[in-house]
Amino acid sequence: MGYINEFDSIKLDVLREIGNIGAGHAATSLSKLLNKKIDMKVPDVQIVTFDEMMEMAGGADNIVAGVFLRIEGDIPGSMFFILPLEQATKFVQEMIGDSTVNLAAPPYDELSISALQELGNILSGSYLSSLSDFTQLSLYPSVPALAIDMVGAIVTYGLVEHSQVSDYAIVINTELKGEDIRLSDTVNGHFFLLPDPASFSPLFQSLGVKDGD
Amino acid sequence: MTEQITVIKVGIADMNVVQSPNTIRTSGLGSCVGIVLYSPMKPIAGLAHIMLPEASISKSGTVNKAKFADTAIVELVERLEGLGVKRSTLLAKIAGGAQMFQFNGTSDIMRIGPRNVEAVKNTLQALKIKLVSEDVGGNSGRTIEFSPVTHQLTIRTVNKGIHII
Repeated sequence: MGYINEFDSIKLDVLREIGNIGAGHAATSLSKLLNKKIDMKVPDVQIVTFDEMMEMAGGADNIVAGVFLRIEGDIPGSMFFILPLEQATKFVQEMIGDSTVNLAAPPYDELSISALQELGNILSGSYLSSLSDFTQLSLYPSVPALAIDMVGAIVTYGLVEHSQVSDYAIVINTELKGEDIRLSDTVNGHFFLLPDPASFSPLFQSLGVKDGD
Repeated sequence: MTEQITVIKVGIADMNVVQSPNTIRTSGLGSCVGIVLYSPMKPIAGLAHIMLPEASISKSGTVNKAKFADTAIVELVERLEGLGVKRSTLLAKIAGGAQMFQFNGTSDIMRIGPRNVEAVKNTLQALKIKLVSEDVGGNSGRTIEFSPVTHQLTIRTVNKGIHII
C-alpha cells in the first residue's frame, strides 16, 4: 500500500475534521440556497481500492450528476460532488422553481445544466474556502465541470494521480441529505475530497501533525 | 438448452479471462480503456480494464500489471496462451478512452483518455495483434460486455444506448 501505510488514527482524525469543516460550510450554503434544512453525516475517511471507491457512490454503472474540479496550489487534489440523478433532478427543480425539469435522459435543457453547475460551484467553493481558511494553505480550484454519466467514468479522473503511486485512494467522504427530499436513505449527495498522494505531507504539516507522530 | 451463463466481472485496473458460454464485462469506463483479446479458433477471451498508458509512469515499487496498457496486454496474451490459445490467432477489440470533462487548458489528467488509447494501439501493434474494431474517445462513459462465442462486444453508454462492434 506504499505511502498509505503511514496513516495512523491521528492522521485519519485530522482528515475527518477537514471533511467536517469543509462539508459543514458547503451544507450551510446549500441550506441557504434551497431554504431548507440539510442534514450532513459525520464525514468518514476511508482507505479504499478503486472499485470500493465506486461502490461508495453507488457502483461503477450507477448514473449520477457529478461535479468535478481540480485543486492546484499547496495541496493538489481532486474534488467531486456526486448526486444520484433522481436527487439532482429534485435539487434543480427546487432551485429554478420548475417541477417539470427532467434529467432522466438527454438532451438536458440548458437552464438545468447551468443550475447544476452553479450548485457545484457554490458547494465546492464554500468547502474549499473554509478548508483554505482553516489550514492557511493556498488552494486554487479550477472551474468545476459537470457530467451526467456513470460513476466509474466520472470518478476515475480523481484517481489518476493515485493510480500512479498506489492501488488505493484516501477518500474524505461526506454525505448530505435534504430533509424534505423524499428519497430513501441510500440516495444521498456525496462530497469526495481526494488529495493527491504528494499533498498529505504539506497538509499535515500545516496542521501541526508531524511525520512519525 | 438451459446452460447457465455467468458474467465474469472485471474491476478497475483488473483483468480476467472467460470461456464459453460465459461472458465478460467491465463497467463505467471513462478515460480508462477496456481491451478484449480473443481468438476465432477457440471460445476463450480475455478482458483488461486499464487506467494508465505505461507502467514506466508508475511511482510505486510493485506494479499491478492490469493497471497499465503495456503490461496488461502482455500479461493477458500470456494468460490466453496458458489456456492453449495461439498468439498468432489473437484479435483485439477496444472501447473507452473518453474525455468526460471539458476544461480550459489541457492538463495531463484531462488528456489521459486519448493517451490510454494511443498506448493500447501501440502495444497491440508491437505484439502484432490485429485491432478488429474500436469505440473510443467522445465524452461518454461505457460499460462493455464480450461473448467469446459470438465475438460481439456490446457497448452501453448513457447517451447513445447500446451498440455492438
